[in-house]
Amino acid sequence: MKHFMRFSKISKAFKEVPSQYVYQINPIKNFEAIKQFRVIDLEGNLVAKEYNNIPKEILNQIFDLMISIEEMDNLLYMSQRQGKISFYMTSFGETATTVGTTAALQPQDFIFPQYREQGSFMWRGFTIEQIVNQCIGNHLDGGKGRQMPVHYGSKDLNIVTVSSPLTTQVPQASGAGYGFRVNGENKIAATWFGEGAASEGDFHSAMNFAQTLKCQTLFLCRNNHYAISTPTDDQFRGDTIAGKAPAYGMRTLKIDGNDLLAVYNGVKYAREEIIKNKEPFFIEFITYRIGDHSTSDHSVLYRSQEEIDSWKSGNNPINRLGLFLKKQGLRQFNDDHDNQIRKDVRNRVIAALKHGSEQQSPSIQDLFTDVYDEVLPHLQEQYTELREHLTKYKDQYPINKFKGGL
Amino acid sequence: MYRNLLKLRYAYQQQPTQLTPIKMTVREAINLAMDEELANDPNVFLIGEEVGQYQGAYKVSKGLFQKYGGERIIDTPITEAGFTGISVGAALYGLKPIVEFMTWNFAMQAIDHIINSAAKAHYMSAGDQKASIVFRGINGATAYVAAQHSQCFASWYSNVPGLIVLSPYDCDDAKSLLKAAVRNPNPVVFLENEILYSESYELSAEARDPNYIAPIGKAKIMRKGEHVTIVAFSKMVEYSLRAAEQLFREGISCEVINLRSLRPLDRETIIESVKKTGRVVCVEEGWPQSGIGAEITAHIMEAGAFKYLDAPIQRVTGVEIPTPYAFNLEAITFPKTEQIVDAVLTVLKGAR
Repeated sequence: MKHFMRFSKISKAFKEVPSQYVYQINPIKNFEAIKQFRVIDLEGNLVAKEYNNIPKEILNQIFDLMISIEEMDNLLYMSQRQGKISFYMTSFGETATTVGTTAALQPQDFIFPQYREQGSFMWRGFTIEQIVNQCIGNHLDGGKGRQMPVHYGSKDLNIVTVSSPLTTQVPQASGAGYGFRVNGENKIAATWFGEGAASEGDFHSAMNFAQTLKCQTLFLCRNNHYAISTPTDDQFRGDTIAGKAPAYGMRTLKIDGNDLLAVYNGVKYAREEIIKNKEPFFIEFITYRIGDHSTSDHSVLYRSQEEIDSWKSGNNPINRLGLFLKKQGLRQFNDDHDNQIRKDVRNRVIAALKHGSEQQSPSIQDLFTDVYDEVLPHLQEQYTELREHLTKYKDQYPINKFKGGL
Repeated sequence: MYRNLLKLRYAYQQQPTQLTPIKMTVREAINLAMDEELANDPNVFLIGEEVGQYQGAYKVSKGLFQKYGGERIIDTPITEAGFTGISVGAALYGLKPIVEFMTWNFAMQAIDHIINSAAKAHYMSAGDQKASIVFRGINGATAYVAAQHSQCFASWYSNVPGLIVLSPYDCDDAKSLLKAAVRNPNPVVFLENEILYSESYELSAEARDPNYIAPIGKAKIMRKGEHVTIVAFSKMVEYSLRAAEQLFREGISCEVINLRSLRPLDRETIIESVKKTGRVVCVEEGWPQSGIGAEITAHIMEAGAFKYLDAPIQRVTGVEIPTPYAFNLEAITFPKTEQIVDAVLTVLKGAR
């Protein structure tokens, strides 16, 4: 049987090209930063008029959601301190990036989150109750009580479940984007990661593969200036993360992440480009993590309150969008309306926490399901053993706290 | 009571010391060990995420950055594969890194460096390249941290030739084993436990001595007994001791062995004990298949102790599933005192 090698279509035979040589040592020393795309300034004034194109209803829905998330985050953070849930991560200061991006994507687009993207989840319809039940880990949790708080996912909403090891979601998005291109689908794989997570080896593989294999993937970097306590100066050098993307041959945008209109427009543009060219796109959002990394962190230990306040009052996505809406007459700003939204969210979260904490745990049987596609014999045996143990010592275990009991 | 006797015995055998026992947490004992080793040898350095200015993700390296500065307590960007590779390189050069993983679960990113670059280096280079390096971090279940933060890696690493694998229980173990690990010229995997970090134990006078290092490959008999041998390591030693106490009140005398060293295993101590009691219970937090208990069971068969067994060996292990998060589910996923008591009673069936 004849066996033949396929030669690369692009010949690497040597060919002299005089224009590719220089005759003096002139290294690259200038790492000029890519500028941030901006549509509204810090006071909400339009500075790029041709991008004032988002429908009024969408803008108002976005604003409603951003203030709702702020209230929810506040309450859930406090509920951790009160011992009602074991862990939480807030997204203060970053909701323009997540909500704006998801609003600009299509519902069929896959999202591969990191962990601070409740904005993406909730824009697509993930409810407060779903979030609270997941954080508590009761039988109503779609994840069957298997994951730590904020590790939610939703097949229906095309959002892949949050996973703890950093950056693993990024090459996964390259893979999914590859599948979409090969199958000719009008879908992209959008993946979130922080500027710290971009230090992981997986980031390099993902970027390189996406451009080389032409994947319909959108890389979304939330540069919020801190990775737990590590500031960006200790995380990388060069022009932030966006500066790395052109080196992979990838189209790149750097966006003012606290400017909702810039986020929305930038992502919309990127998505069109990806579908049109069947190539990936890279966006870095410059924003700031106003809150702690998580409930296990106390950020005033490594940064000053003045620094936090400078962003909270000086460059706050909610304030900037609000001022824009007010100045353009796109939203009636009276205290009652917005306060009512916040109050309703607070009441809903409190009700969800109360209801959620009264619920039973997932069933004991669910300890053994889903390890494989079916419960294999050795697991069936272990389940039987466990039931015997629990029956024997039933006064030592809170059996009635499990759905379905023994 | 036995440990007091042990202390007396060592007191006779060694120079009289001014030091007296002192109570501290395991976290403090590990901190003290690192502090002493950093002071003792300028080639020793600590590297990892959040180990420096943040004082450690679990505050284990508290105070070290202030004392030794940023050249010896190194905060890294987020890449386990990166900083482990860098550290192995430094070790091959002749420095002595202590590499801290926020959890051994995240070290899976770096396992290629631990095994292919460090563990096999000495053999593959015909003795030319030594990697005197310690990899440490929390192992096994913590609480409420689910599947990707709760796996026990004792079985994986103790399988590899070229590695030394240690897992301390109390303060004596933590301090003297970590010091031994740093001074040992081979790569060492040091499996700590986050729950134990906050537990207080007495640091013996012997272990307080900055020159004292524990022997690697030696288990410790925490409690002498006649009827059953319980073999455990790390947090499971605590539950085994509680089970032994509970059983003692029912007239059953258990010998509790704290392995301390998973590779090399102290096979002698285990076999001696089996020959005395004839019944064995192996306890571990990890999954049963290919676990530590599996190795101990196989060894007892092979080492000629089979004829001393009066009953089949019992293993107590974690449930064979990825760890769930929900509080009540997690509570029945890992062994505790009750399961160990049960296993001892099972192995004693028909004994009297």
